[in-house]
Amino acid sequence: MARAVTNNRKIINTAAAWAVGLLIFFPILWTILTSFKTEATAIADPPVFLAFDWTLENYTAVMERSNYAKFLWNSIIIAGGSTILGIIIAVPAAWSMAFVPSKRTKDILLWMLSTKMLPAVGVLYPIYLICIQLGILDSRVALVIILMLMNLPIIVWMLYTYFKEIPGEILEAARMDGASLKEEILYVLTPMAIPGIASTLLLNFILAWNEAFWTLNLTAANAAPLTAFIASYSSPEGLFFAKLSAASTMAIAPILILGWFSQKQLVSGLTFGAVK
Amino acid sequence: MSFTKTLYAATAMALVTAGGAFAENLVIATVNNGDMIRMQGLTQDFTDKTGHTVEWVTLEENVLRQRVTTDIAAKGGSFDIMTIGMYEAPIWAANEWLVPLDDLSAEYDADDILPAMKGGLSYEGTMYAAPFYGESSMIMYRTDLMEKAGMEMPEAPTWTFIREAAAAMTDRDNDINGICLRGKAGWGEGGAFITAMSNSFGARWFDEEWNAQFDTQPWKDTLEFYVGMMNESGPTGYATNGFNENLNLFQQGKCGMWIDATVAASFVTNPNDSEVADSVGFALAPDNGLGKRSNWLWAWALAIPAGTQKEAAAKEFIEWSTSKSYIELVAENEGWANVPPGARTSLYENPNYKEVPFAQMTLDSILSADPNNPTVDPVPYVGIQFAAIPEFAGIATEVSQEFSAVYAGQQSIDEALEKAQALTNDAMEAAGYR
Repeated sequence: MARAVTNNRKIINTAAAWAVGLLIFFPILWTILTSFKTEATAIADPPVFLAFDWTLENYTAVMERSNYAKFLWNSIIIAGGSTILGIIIAVPAAWSMAFVPSKRTKDILLWMLSTKMLPAVGVLYPIYLICIQLGILDSRVALVIILMLMNLPIIVWMLYTYFKEIPGEILEAARMDGASLKEEILYVLTPMAIPGIASTLLLNFILAWNEAFWTLNLTAANAAPLTAFIASYSSPEGLFFAKLSAASTMAIAPILILGWFSQKQLVSGLTFGAVK
Repeated sequence: MSFTKTLYAATAMALVTAGGAFAENLVIATVNNGDMIRMQGLTQDFTDKTGHTVEWVTLEENVLRQRVTTDIAAKGGSFDIMTIGMYEAPIWAANEWLVPLDDLSAEYDADDILPAMKGGLSYEGTMYAAPFYGESSMIMYRTDLMEKAGMEMPEAPTWTFIREAAAAMTDRDNDINGICLRGKAGWGEGGAFITAMSNSFGARWFDEEWNAQFDTQPWKDTLEFYVGMMNESGPTGYATNGFNENLNLFQQGKCGMWIDATVAASFVTNPNDSEVADSVGFALAPDNGLGKRSNWLWAWALAIPAGTQKEAAAKEFIEWSTSKSYIELVAENEGWANVPPGARTSLYENPNYKEVPFAQMTLDSILSADPNNPTVDPVPYVGIQFAAIPEFAGIATEVSQEFSAVYAGQQSIDEALEKAQALTNDAMEAAGYR
């Protein structure tokens, strides 16, 4: 039975949610505001919130110095490619674990997750050497493969969780109607799991977009994505916070817009199966 | 096809092929600082002169170090030119990772490079990296506050004077700290400062048998003096202040004195960024009467990784970017105050540059630094704020973390020195020095 919720409680809950939301969003808001300040205003003490002379000079300087479109295109290819490749591999894997589990399925799932516990820097040198040997250092192909492998455990786990919510009887019925394995996964399972797959896609796209270890260490002039674009404005010897903020805003803007438009799918996917 | 047409076609093909062979695209890894960014803006001049194009990979200093070290050790070949510092140059040269720069043209005039810079970027007498700009450290102080305190800054002050002046300039009610110094953990941040300071107190990192020396009195004296002075006259939270934090404080008029990189002089005297631009004076970094001052020596230099396929073009770029004519190009476009300092002797003989207020003090600071004899007692290493051995960066980062914990009041000086002694000796033993 649904619990009666008083008006006061609703107000408190709403206020708390807004407070937490604003707290989380504040660093992003501050970055955006700083990007419109001069370097001197950016470091002013006490900090200036809104009452400053807004300027676009940082954006102009960043656009003059860097080839933003190239970094953006690399980010789209690397994040998009690794996510799609990951989904293609993870859907059959998650299907087998959810619907034809073996005695070792749980162990395999845990083992997959345990690979995320290894610090990335521990395998930097071997992976660097492999990339040199294969001739794919500073290429988008290398990053698509590596980021896919890095995020694969999360993709499989998420899809496994969604697939477990789908009644096996429906797939059985499809099989009785003569559907092959491929048809069962493509035409029955996948459409039913669309919200889950969509949220997995989005989350992994965001993870790949923001990944800043491999993308900085395996790229130079050709495949560098927006993480390298931001890093190029960070300096321990000189105050360039306003330009750094402009570069950061330009780097997060596409993903922020994507997240804004797809927030419904993202939230419904992430909370799928959370309440029973 | 007639003979003439065939000849034309062959000539055209030969020209295209020759053009392709000479015009290279160079990939250069560099740091994000004012001088390097300025160079990126002027690269077209190089392309116009040589036909070579340039792609820049700009990274934050620590990321750059990790990135280029991985690439050069693995022979990745991602870069044709790398920006490296005085610490890396001799170590990488010893590993045969760099192309020697011993055949630069006569027009380049390698003898014009300041001897301290050339020495620090050489290995066994051969230069392996060309200095783009060099720096030492010096005192930057507020002339108005010094006057108000009724004191006068000598050109070469002692630490005792600095401590007294700092106390006299401190005005807590108006948020003015007498002195701002680096305390942030990291071998290139607080670690660099305290090491340079310790030299003037007679301390050293190692004795001639590579034994750590943190259990000696000069190190204790250094830390006691630093902590005492900073607690009296430094800003709150100085344990986490590095170059940028202190620059910010100084530019906003919250520091009476700041001892740091000479390159900061152009920032604090720039009226667009600094509220105190018109009242900044300069002096040599302090000493303690033991014959060694507490200034360091550093250069950002350009080097060519061994194995690059574009060595000739890379050398052309290095000649262009570290030449006298490049300095003139910057002066023409950005003014003399913005030319890369500290690399060439001729710059300091230029009457236009002599008018820049911090020029002479920068040169004096650089000239007073001797990386081959950095300490009062003899040491087996080269380097002032570092020891040019591969293990130093890791050890010094850990040691500086222990020192920062002292500045933050989390442990005593004795505890920190004891830990520093143990961890340094352990690391040196593991590396086979002892």
